[in-house]
Amino acid sequence: MRVALFLTCVNDTLYPDTGRAVVKLLTRLGVDVDFPSGQTCCGQAHYNTGYRHEAEPLARHFSDVFGAYEAIVTPSGSCGAMVRELYPRMGERARTEGRGDTLAATLAPVVPKTYELTEFLVDVLGVTDVGAYYPHKVTYHPTCHGLRGLGLGERPRRLLQAVKGLELAELPGAEECCGFGGTFALKNSDVSAAMGADKVRNAESTGAEVLCAADNSCLMHLGGTMARLRTAMRPVHIAEILASTEEEPAV
Amino acid sequence: MSGTYLGMPAFPAAAREAVGNATLRGNLRHATHTIRAKRAKAVSEVSDWAELREAGRRIKDHTLRHLDRYLVQLEESVTAAGGVVHWAADADEANDIVTQLVKMTGESEVVKVKSMATQEIGLNEALEAEGIRAYETDLAELIVQLGKDRPSHILVPAIHRNRGEIRDIFAREMSEWGRPAPEGLTDTPAELAEAARLHLREKFLRAKVGISGANFMVAETGTLVVVESEGNGRMCLTLPETLISVVGIEKIVPAWQDLEVFLQTLPRSSTAERMNPYTSTWTGTTDEDGPRNFHLVLLDNGRTDTLADEVGRQALRCIRCSACLNVCPVYERAGGHAYGSVYPGPIGAILSPQLRGTGSEIDASLPYASSLCGACYEVCPVAIDIPEVLVHLRERVVQGGEVTRAGNKVVLRPAKGHAAERAAMRAARWAFLHPGALRTGQRAASRTRRFHPRSLPGPGRAWSGTRELPPVPAEPFRDWWQRTRGGKDGDR
Repeated sequence: MRVALFLTCVNDTLYPDTGRAVVKLLTRLGVDVDFPSGQTCCGQAHYNTGYRHEAEPLARHFSDVFGAYEAIVTPSGSCGAMVRELYPRMGERARTEGRGDTLAATLAPVVPKTYELTEFLVDVLGVTDVGAYYPHKVTYHPTCHGLRGLGLGERPRRLLQAVKGLELAELPGAEECCGFGGTFALKNSDVSAAMGADKVRNAESTGAEVLCAADNSCLMHLGGTMARLRTAMRPVHIAEILASTEEEPAV
Repeated sequence: MSGTYLGMPAFPAAAREAVGNATLRGNLRHATHTIRAKRAKAVSEVSDWAELREAGRRIKDHTLRHLDRYLVQLEESVTAAGGVVHWAADADEANDIVTQLVKMTGESEVVKVKSMATQEIGLNEALEAEGIRAYETDLAELIVQLGKDRPSHILVPAIHRNRGEIRDIFAREMSEWGRPAPEGLTDTPAELAEAARLHLREKFLRAKVGISGANFMVAETGTLVVVESEGNGRMCLTLPETLISVVGIEKIVPAWQDLEVFLQTLPRSSTAERMNPYTSTWTGTTDEDGPRNFHLVLLDNGRTDTLADEVGRQALRCIRCSACLNVCPVYERAGGHAYGSVYPGPIGAILSPQLRGTGSEIDASLPYASSLCGACYEVCPVAIDIPEVLVHLRERVVQGGEVTRAGNKVVLRPAKGHAAERAAMRAARWAFLHPGALRTGQRAASRTRRFHPRSLPGPGRAWSGTRELPPVPAEPFRDWWQRTRGGKDGDR
């Protein structure tokens, strides 16, 4: 199976290790991964901040780059939800504004083929034990767009539970937002920081060494909060845990 | 809306103050988490919750689509039952109508059932200006009134107060308004409730005029419905000679049968009760029973304009249960006052900028008072997609566009203060459409990473003031991929 990796602009620029982990993991599972070099950003920041017309060309660009692939896999619940939930709305909106069906038709092919990583593993590849080894105590934060946008449900937890050596600690208030919210973190930084601090304190209370999530944007905010609060805990993307093996353990 | 809220700072500034107030945050956190857990339990008991939610959404959407027809039907039914219907286009008209009605009775005081609509129009202040004193009789509303405070929650207006604060307010203020608080009042809930009961009873028995809102109005029978927990509402609705109800035009349901849905979803969503303790219904006037005069003031105040907006109109489905407030992580930290409106929380963030327009600083900031986490949509018993409307209103703020104000189509200019953001968004879009330019930028960031500051200037300071910045890696992913073809050429 040949899939396209949609890494997202944040991961490409700031978290290349997550990208390498996805490649390593999928390759190990027999998937042929390609990284279309024309990819950039799904347009979520534009869309959610109110610049929806600016987001349209980015959505078109996404379809141009990824349209020909059998499946598109992304290690981001948020960007995955953008494509799956909001691209159809963008198409619908263009129609109601009298701009015809062109945008909807352009975006339609990529929508059902886009999968968040854990969804792809469980639903498409049909695996929960990916042969990973990660001897650490981990707590999992289900990020909002993965949880409520894509409905990832128990998939990430099931994958983590199958990891050899991993002890999974339940996170109190798991389903509460961490306070990132894209430009919300800048526009309402005080509330955002208070939400982040509460999330970090809840994570700390589990005694876990690692806070895991399927979205590096949320982890960037939480990791920055941990560093400021001088917490011993580390933020780690789920892909890096699932890619870790006894032969090549993640550091 | 109420003049009380004029000149409020934008949400981020108001929220900053609340976030820094440890008592307030503690009170809010305790209250919202308690009710949140109870609501989830009350909802999970109902096997057909999803169907009830969908039925509620459909009834409201149907009614809003045919609002003109149902309003006319309601007026006919109320009139036939002996009531008098008044139409108020805005807050001033509604206040004038109510003031005149009270003056005609010759009275100078009224008792009130808690009502969002009368708060929205600032009725108490308008009556006060005409020498009429309005007594709030809902316990939490009484606390707010005695404390010369503003409500900070739709259902629990005094949610930001703890027991100790309430005791102090009662002991200090009750004598100014009527029967004083008992000597040696403590902060036990039973004693506080008894003090309020004694204080209020005197007013119920004396008042000749009652003022209420309504949770629902049934078009086919002209019946109004108030759903409450304390029984004060029933006293206000039945004891006075004259009853004046001020109700938003969106509160109509077509038929009695429709109440079946909402009398299940409203109490479970709001107070986490299977059934609310008091459901009062009244239809016009009845000889020798209840008020002899009944006036219904139908309030528009921006609702028709909101109805004209295809995306935003779903906010009018709201049944004021406040489940979205209790689950909202932003409300929990910022408190209700930061929203600068009688409607706080997620629903306030989409309702107020539609009812009042996005012209003021506070109204332009409200659509951004959310991290778009979606918890509000998930709990809403009438399925208002609050995140969708927030994004819709954000677009109105930054890009302007056509809206309906006072029945006329007007074209809004983009709100001030977004020029730098707009430029940044355009630049980002350009870079994202030119992968080569993005790569050049990434490489430059990687090469200069040793010189990156630990805190950012300008808008970035909002980030680096409270959180560390992520370090920029030595090599962006796309360069690694190009160099190694995804590890196939070595260097995993």
